[in-house]
Amino acid sequence: MKNLIVVMLIMLAGFTVQAQEKKNKNAKYDVEVKGNCGQCKARIEKAAYSVKGVKQATWNEESQDLQLIVDETKCSVADVRAAVAKAGHDTDEVKAEDTDYNSLHSCCKYDRS
Amino acid sequence: MHKIIMFFLLLSAPFLQAQDTVSGKVLDENSQPLPGAAVYWQDTTISTSSAQDGTFTIPYSSDNMYLVISYIGYTADTIHVHTPQYISHKMTPDSGSQLKEVVVDKTRASLSRSQTKAANVSTMGAKELLKAACCNIAESFETNPSIDVNFSDALTGSKQIKMLGLTSPYLLIAEENIPAVRGASQAYGLSFIPGTWVESIQITKGAGPVINGYESISGQINYEMLKPANDIPFFLNAYGDTGSRFELNTHFNKKVSDKWSTSLFLHGNTRVSKNDMNHDHFLDNPLGKQINVLNRWQYTNAEKGWVSFLNFRYMRDEKQAGQVDFDPDTDRYSGHHWGSEINTDKVDVSGKLGYVFPDMPYQSIGLQTSFNYHNQESYFGLRTYDIDQKSFYSNLIFNSIISNTLNKFATGLNVTYDKYGEFVNTTDYSRTDNSVGVFGEYTYDNVNNFSIVLGGRFDVHNRLGAFFTPRLHMRYNPWKDATFRLSAGRGKRAANIFAENQSLFGSSRAFNIAGSGGKLYGLDPEIAWNYGLSFIQKFPLFGKTTEFVVDFYRTDFQNQVVTDLYASPQQVLFYNLNGKSYANSLQVELNYEITMHFNIRTAYKYYDIKTDYTTGSFERPLQARHRFFANVGYETHIAEKGKQWKFDVTYNWMGQQRLPYTGSNPVEEQMGTYSPSFSLVNAQITRTFSSVFEMYVGAENIGNYRQNKAILGANDPFGPYFDSSIVYAPVFGQMYYAGLRFKIK
Repeated sequence: MKNLIVVMLIMLAGFTVQAQEKKNKNAKYDVEVKGNCGQCKARIEKAAYSVKGVKQATWNEESQDLQLIVDETKCSVADVRAAVAKAGHDTDEVKAEDTDYNSLHSCCKYDRS
Repeated sequence: MHKIIMFFLLLSAPFLQAQDTVSGKVLDENSQPLPGAAVYWQDTTISTSSAQDGTFTIPYSSDNMYLVISYIGYTADTIHVHTPQYISHKMTPDSGSQLKEVVVDKTRASLSRSQTKAANVSTMGAKELLKAACCNIAESFETNPSIDVNFSDALTGSKQIKMLGLTSPYLLIAEENIPAVRGASQAYGLSFIPGTWVESIQITKGAGPVINGYESISGQINYEMLKPANDIPFFLNAYGDTGSRFELNTHFNKKVSDKWSTSLFLHGNTRVSKNDMNHDHFLDNPLGKQINVLNRWQYTNAEKGWVSFLNFRYMRDEKQAGQVDFDPDTDRYSGHHWGSEINTDKVDVSGKLGYVFPDMPYQSIGLQTSFNYHNQESYFGLRTYDIDQKSFYSNLIFNSIISNTLNKFATGLNVTYDKYGEFVNTTDYSRTDNSVGVFGEYTYDNVNNFSIVLGGRFDVHNRLGAFFTPRLHMRYNPWKDATFRLSAGRGKRAANIFAENQSLFGSSRAFNIAGSGGKLYGLDPEIAWNYGLSFIQKFPLFGKTTEFVVDFYRTDFQNQVVTDLYASPQQVLFYNLNGKSYANSLQVELNYEITMHFNIRTAYKYYDIKTDYTTGSFERPLQARHRFFANVGYETHIAEKGKQWKFDVTYNWMGQQRLPYTGSNPVEEQMGTYSPSFSLVNAQITRTFSSVFEMYVGAENIGNYRQNKAILGANDPFGPYFDSSIVYAPVFGQMYYAGLRFKIK
């Protein structure tokens, strides 16, 4: 539990720093994105890169986590979440439409429960 | 609960993370830390293992894209990484290894071909380098099918290498990306780099990247030296062979602080006794001694994004060749006995400084600078040859992205200065070369199955003129485990005709230069285009990995400095190409992993190399049209305390080679038009007693094949028929060696 508090504090500190840097050209974000496999990874990253202003996008299967560096003068993280969800992958804030989810390849149909 | 903590840790990690490393944590199926997992970059030798708490840190470079995490009993995973970042990786147990004793230790291939890079690069790791126990890097290519190691001339004993059928002057040989074996050091330079200093070698077939220069025509070889930051505290290697050659290598390493570390490398070698196995009264290999000292410093500040290297080096090499009875003190220039001495001093100082922008891990700036002094004083019979070269090289490189990391670019500025003092007998050929260049390279990678590298540079050189060098590399993975590659590029260089053809000094040949008013010995610069196609398919055969490789390269010379040995056995002519000159090379390779520890590599090579000489269009001399290569490696399971046996056998077959013209000599001093074909077998056994100590024994040329007549006119070396430069096979027969390696970790 103690660990958890420490970790939360560190995380908060991270976000505070972030908050001060308005319209950062190299803003770093982590977005939870659901997916299963290498094919998902290619799709998720492709969707993220399709948003103008995304400089770097790396999705990690194990942590279900999309690491981003975005130019905030050109886009926001919300745009990336929307684009990834449109590709069929649920994010922490924006969920994919059922039709987009259903059009995924069978190996990519991650557990939505 | 663990999952939540991990998730938070991950969220915070990017804000805390140092920038030019990839770090992370390896977890088992229950999300518990997994210590001892192997973590390495695919196709490289950069590796680490996870600590007791499952964490790891591995240096990041934008060249490496795929991180492999493996652990006994778990499925090995490959993670696509294109930025320094934090990775938390959960391993899944290998379904096939429910039984504890099934060991799934997929060993890393010691020679690997990249499936992800755009250029045709193969990397020789530390394990591969150990297969050639001796001694310098020229010899370490003997187990590599892409590179042909030539038999040294009968005189100096140094080995030349060839790629795509072209000799090393057409290769760009770089030390940590700074061009190293060039100019005055072309002939013997590779023998000045002890094999134990080298961490890995990257071999690029075909046109290389533009960043390192315009000189590469048939390929590029880059060797990375051991890095002080991850070197072991002490290493000792001793070697001796029946040719009376002895080598000693000692490395010391010290981590001075958490940012500074240093290594001291000491190398010495000597050949003490005179060998004349073919009784022609000439030494089969030269007497010699070499002392070679390198001190490296590495500075790493991961938080601020700085990394730096400083190198200081001194080398002295002495060789004595010629007749067995030759005594340099009394016989030099006397015409009494024929002899030769070649003494070389070399001083190198080089530095590198790299900076990765902390908030932009994909952006970096690097500066490489080196100063070299090379001085060779030599004589061959009555002929003297002295060359010294003072060089300065500097390269500034900026790497970044265009809108996102799928589009990367590198650009920079490059300055080269070479001052040569060169004397053949009393004729002064001294000159100064300088050039300034700008370069740019764009890489597109769709992170899936396609990448392309477009490069170009523009240089202004006082002798080569102002010129543009374009280069292209493309990779496409059409289906699973298949890689298709294409490359094209132009190269331009100044031929150092004497330095590159020193073996011809060991003959009675007169050097005739048919100059045409050019700026290099009266000759023009060499210009060539190189085009290549390559295809790799990996597939399972009886459940084991099989790799099939086929590649074809063509080099087309627009101008070449033709070295003509066909006109007369008493002459060598140098002139600008008038007509066509090309080199086609086809290589077919089949590599098979018979069992986990039993690998076989086979290659067939076909070379079609022709040049228009004044007397007609002929094959390039001393180049076999057909070659076959096989290498079999077997190693036992690593037993307790690291005990292990390793066996390695290499077989080489060489078809007939066209020989220089000797038809006008008296019959007993002729060599014929073609050499016979022959085969050679080398073998080595290594016994590792523990992780700190191992010994090896080996044999070269087990079949004891020797060139019938190595030296023409050996009875009268000051007469008109003397020639020691026509060597198509080993001069020295069977040779046995033994050595040991001792490490303190």
